[in-house]
Amino acid sequence: MGIRFILMVNKQGQTRLAQYYEWLTLEERRALEGEIVRKCLARNDQQIRFELMFEFLCSYAGVLAGWLALNEQCSFVEHRNYKIVYRRYASLFFMVGVDDDENELAILEFIHLLVETMDKHFGNVCELDIMFHLEKAHFMLEEMVMNGCIVETSKANILSPIQLMDKAH
Amino acid sequence: MDNLFQRSLEDLIKGFRLQLLGDSSFISRALEEIRREIKATDLSTKSTALHKLSYLAAIHGVDMSWAAFHALEVVSSSRFHHKRIGYQAITQSFHDQTSVLLLITNQLRKDLNSVNEYEVSLALECLSRIGTRDLARDLSPEVFTLLGSSKSFVRKKATGVVLRVFDKYPDAVKVCFKRLVENLETSDPQILSAVVGVFCELASKDPTSCLPLAPEFFKILVDSRNNWVLIKLLKIFSKLASVEPRLGRKVAEPICEHMKRTVAKSLVFECVRTVVSSLSDHEAAVKLAVAKIREFLVEDDPNLKYLGLHALSIAAPKHLWAVLENKEAVVKALSDEDPNVKLEALHLLMAMVTEDNVSEISRILMNYALKSDPLFCNEIIISVLSVCSRNAYEIIVDFDWYVSLLGEMARIPHCQRGEEIEHQLIDIGMRVRDARPQLVRVSWALLIDPALLGNMFLHPILSAASWVSGEYVEFAKNPYELVEALVQPRTDLLPPYIRAIYIHSVFKVLVFCLRSYFSAQESSSGSSSTVYESILNLVNVIEIGVWPLSGAYDVEVQERAKNVLGFIGMAKQDIAKKVNLQDNEAEACRVTAFMEDAFSEELGPISANAREKVCVPDGLELEENLGDLEEICGKFLKPVESDSVSCTDKITFSVSNLRIRDQQEASSSTSLPPKESSSLLAEHRKRHGMYYLTSEKNDPDSNGTPNDYPPANDLASEILLDPLDPKRKAKHRKSRPVVVKLDEGGESRITTSQAKTKQESVTDDESLSRDIQSALLVNKKGKEREKCEGNSNLVVQEEETSRIEKPQNSEKKKKKKKNGERTSGKHRSRRRSEVASSSEQVEIPDLLL
Repeated sequence: MGIRFILMVNKQGQTRLAQYYEWLTLEERRALEGEIVRKCLARNDQQIRFELMFEFLCSYAGVLAGWLALNEQCSFVEHRNYKIVYRRYASLFFMVGVDDDENELAILEFIHLLVETMDKHFGNVCELDIMFHLEKAHFMLEEMVMNGCIVETSKANILSPIQLMDKAH
Repeated sequence: MDNLFQRSLEDLIKGFRLQLLGDSSFISRALEEIRREIKATDLSTKSTALHKLSYLAAIHGVDMSWAAFHALEVVSSSRFHHKRIGYQAITQSFHDQTSVLLLITNQLRKDLNSVNEYEVSLALECLSRIGTRDLARDLSPEVFTLLGSSKSFVRKKATGVVLRVFDKYPDAVKVCFKRLVENLETSDPQILSAVVGVFCELASKDPTSCLPLAPEFFKILVDSRNNWVLIKLLKIFSKLASVEPRLGRKVAEPICEHMKRTVAKSLVFECVRTVVSSLSDHEAAVKLAVAKIREFLVEDDPNLKYLGLHALSIAAPKHLWAVLENKEAVVKALSDEDPNVKLEALHLLMAMVTEDNVSEISRILMNYALKSDPLFCNEIIISVLSVCSRNAYEIIVDFDWYVSLLGEMARIPHCQRGEEIEHQLIDIGMRVRDARPQLVRVSWALLIDPALLGNMFLHPILSAASWVSGEYVEFAKNPYELVEALVQPRTDLLPPYIRAIYIHSVFKVLVFCLRSYFSAQESSSGSSSTVYESILNLVNVIEIGVWPLSGAYDVEVQERAKNVLGFIGMAKQDIAKKVNLQDNEAEACRVTAFMEDAFSEELGPISANAREKVCVPDGLELEENLGDLEEICGKFLKPVESDSVSCTDKITFSVSNLRIRDQQEASSSTSLPPKESSSLLAEHRKRHGMYYLTSEKNDPDSNGTPNDYPPANDLASEILLDPLDPKRKAKHRKSRPVVVKLDEGGESRITTSQAKTKQESVTDDESLSRDIQSALLVNKKGKEREKCEGNSNLVVQEEETSRIEKPQNSEKKKKKKKNGERTSGKHRSRRRSEVASSSEQVEIPDLLL
């Protein structure tokens, strides 16, 4: 149903964040992560140039479905009965496992949205930020995705509860 | 006080990064610390410990299920910070089997009713991740209340949870659905997004029940500018349109509008996909979609190329013209760098294949195969093979060309698809009589090719080639050359079972030649010396070639070699008496004639169901394992083969050793017969391990061989059956060069397991859909009465009665469901058709206006 899991893995294959929307045991998770990481990392041995062009449409939620970066290879991998949409940002791979009928470009957009949100919150986010503030990343994700469906796509709306909680703490 | 000296999570992380001890020891020390701290009564200490534990569990895969109860304690704290940590831990580690799951209900309920919306959201998120049936049932009233809450933040989250609740506890649908539908009409974009998402999932599970909501969806489709929402709506419509074709007409226009107007590629792609998969009857929409696909195909971005190809492959079955239009782009994509793109292009090309262009396309593909990496090369080969062999070679007109193509494939350096080629070579040989000469020619070429002998993936092809040359030797131009190829010393590289086939083919060739020699002898008065020379030569060559094999280790090779040699020995004498073989009393003559009769009987293809048609004779027991073998065959396994014992060598021939050992054992133990026979059984198992069915317990003697081989089709076949006699199925079809068909059809390659799982999920969803149906009806009661006065009185009455019946029936239905699915299924489907028809009648005025 929509999104099955979200992973953030670094270049050495270490998982930095894993959010699963269906229950898997520990061994299953590890096996899954291992397989997927191997597949995705192997595809991208060359460097990727980044050129971002965005087209904003007028919308009060600030949603955009931009046109995305140039990759050397395409960002989708078929794995068993679902697809993996992934993208590399600096040293981190963001991988989202989705059902077969999900719109891949929308998921790529979602990954980008996630990165932007984290960027806005942490200010120039990097891998260390995620390592030290893992639960904040989890909260962000929880705001955005419930039950495997994307429910919130506005950065402002996502960040406001988190900022409030931080202030209160 | 403990708190001051407790390491916080940040300290832990820093420590981990700086440590030199090694990961696992650091983690175990940290775990010890955590275990101590978590038992403290002070909630702050506890929560920090829990926090650290969640981190370790998330990143380093440490098991945290033992801390479940502590998590509950932390959650019960009044401080928000602690609650957050507790809920995080719970979400991460609880699952259906967690024993303390029962205790969480109350806590969740308390938090769901809380005034603080963030606490509510925490509880809702937790519920959405770990919700079980009981939790869903107990908390659905609270969820219901929250769906109508005044704070949109809360409502959005509640909508998100609804899906899980419905999934686990379908009865909740009756309660919550109405509110859900109300939320659909909201103007708040956050909530709208969430609600549409929920409906997207519901529509995928059961489109018919969401059909009545089509007007609302339509309104949003036309008005909304939010691309995310639009994408989800398109998905909903694609599911609905496949159930209700008239909807497609209405929806096609707005979709085309969106396609033209939007700049966002994701939306364009979704529109294209919807049009191509569900609205494929609307020509204008399809044309526009194909134009957009073309734009995608010419982009540089591999993502877009891939998606374009993917969309094209969805369109291919019904709109082949679209694929043909873009043929050059597809072929160009074959040489793209990205493997996904290449694969899609390959599949598309295969979809375009017809009788006319099959040779052209195969030519192109073979060129690509030679240039590509091994993986893609094999993909090409296997797809060409499967397409050409579909429906018993439906698209092949020129079998000679196809057979030579098979030979060519075998010579591609990276080819690893030996088995498939082998199968097809033999299959064609059996079915297509006219292709046999060419087949023999190609086989001979393959047999003499040294590259094939060295490549173990291609050995199956060689076995097919040799079998073919033996079986259809009458079409061979030069049997002598054939024999030379079959006995060449390089065949040592082949595994024994293939060498056995070689020897047997040699045998067939020999019989054929001898027969023709003898019959030539009979017909003509004398024999010319050249013929005599040649036949003698042939026999000698065979003898020289086969003689070394008579001492081979493999049983089958040895047996066949000895057969051939024995036959030669007998025939040689009679050839020597060259003159006056008028008397048919000559033994060789008779035996040859007999052998040739045996070989000239044609082996045809057998249907896969043929074995089922043979009824098991009474009294024949088909046991699961061969444990009883020792009783039955114990006495047969005893005799020793005296002539072929090589004690220094492998296990296969050490029966005599075993006997000695048995006797030694027998002298020391009391239980004599079982041990002897069981060890003999073990011995037998070792030698013929591949024929044994795998048993549950691990056999210590087996060396793992049973797992390497698939279970044999026939365990102890006494019949002189050719080892390559495949039992393949065919469909009933017409032929050009006569392709042998069989009467029964049956496409059983596709596994039935898929069908089964679909059925199972359908029965689960039926209950959900039924509830949605009923909820919708109740919902629409008021609206319907106002709208249709005229002809729908009957309808209204029907619904009234059905509504009255419903509360009474709901219990009955529940019971029925438990007792027997069938009856309630029928009942349900009838009701559903009633409901559907009634709602349809209501819908029509809406849509067409």
